[in-house]
Amino acid sequence: MNETIGMFFIVIGLVFDFFGCLGLIRLPDVYNRLQAATKCVTMGTCGILFGLFLFKGFSAAGIKAILCILFLILTAPVSAHALARGAHKSGVKLWKKSVCDKYEEDKK
Amino acid sequence: MKKSQIILFVLAFLIWSFLSWPPDYQHLIVGIFVCGFVSFMTGDMFTKRPYRLKQPGRYLWFFYYVPVFIWECIKANIDVAYRVLHPDLPINPGIVKVKTTLKSESALTFLANSITLTPGTMSVDIDEENGFLYVHWIDVKSKDIQRATEIIVKNFEDILRRIFE
Amino acid sequence: MKRLRWLIGLVAIVAIFGIAIFYPYASLLEWQSPLLKHSFSVLFLCALFCLWRILRGPTPADRAVAIDILGILVLGFCALLGIPTGRDWYIDIGIAWALQSFISTLALAKYLEGRNFDE
Repeated sequence: MNETIGMFFIVIGLVFDFFGCLGLIRLPDVYNRLQAATKCVTMGTCGILFGLFLFKGFSAAGIKAILCILFLILTAPVSAHALARGAHKSGVKLWKKSVCDKYEEDKK
Repeated sequence: MKKSQIILFVLAFLIWSFLSWPPDYQHLIVGIFVCGFVSFMTGDMFTKRPYRLKQPGRYLWFFYYVPVFIWECIKANIDVAYRVLHPDLPINPGIVKVKTTLKSESALTFLANSITLTPGTMSVDIDEENGFLYVHWIDVKSKDIQRATEIIVKNFEDILRRIFE
Repeated sequence: MKRLRWLIGLVAIVAIFGIAIFYPYASLLEWQSPLLKHSFSVLFLCALFCLWRILRGPTPADRAVAIDILGILVLGFCALLGIPTGRDWYIDIGIAWALQSFISTLALAKYLEGRNFDE
């Protein structure tokens, strides 16, 4: 029973991983790519790790999977934030159909 | 020993015993020495006001915050999947500016992380002195500061103020 | 024109999945279920997309983003590899990889920002 539910979580995680990487290919500029990829890949990998926890129960690998989920949720947004800030400071422009850029106006 | 060092020691020892899970006494003894050394060296900067950890209301609000956060995450994933799979790419991106009233550093960190993992938004930079956040929004609904603040920040700000402030 | 490109992409992805599912490749492991066996091909396809973005990306920031995403994918790969082999230490490799990938992403972001590493 536990293995069936774990397999369900793993399949959900793989589907969202795939959508995230598709967004990395299709979307037009750095910020949009970063947004789609970070959200979908973080949540998808968390789903895979939770499926591993359901497979293994409270053994060594299961507890480490839970620790990995906590670590990933805390650090993935931080690295996305740092990369977006670095990209904007290195002068990467937004997509040409973007609506507004308040950060560029305030920097001057 | 300060209070902050003791709190860091307990947290680090908990993580150590999870990492070496079937606990036996050799691992635990080594863990006591390593965690003691780490908390003695870097314990001063872990938390500034340790008395907050004694107030039980904050933990209750934290347990209310977790399901709200997970629900917003699932909504964000479905939103991104819809935008990526649609043939016309229905995006309308831009960087907007929102105002926040939170002051402490941990609350601002959690607010930025929550904004990044919720539907359509990603935090780019923080102006701590004036309390402004610059947010990249994949589907800009309004350029006005007040209106954008109501849509993006409002839900999380109320909960996070009760947890961290 | 846009719809045509979308259709070509859809046909290509369905073809890749069809080949991955029906091609009878040999394997040394014992698989609990055929679904688990095919789940690795999805992760390989995701990693190929990331490599394409690293190869093609017009700016350095694109490449840094793709490297970050590839690091998280490797963590998922290590977690998935622990199930059919029955070894517990693959998840240890995953934890170490995630830590290293986070630190190197921060260093890349600092490099993009164009400041010193001391800050």
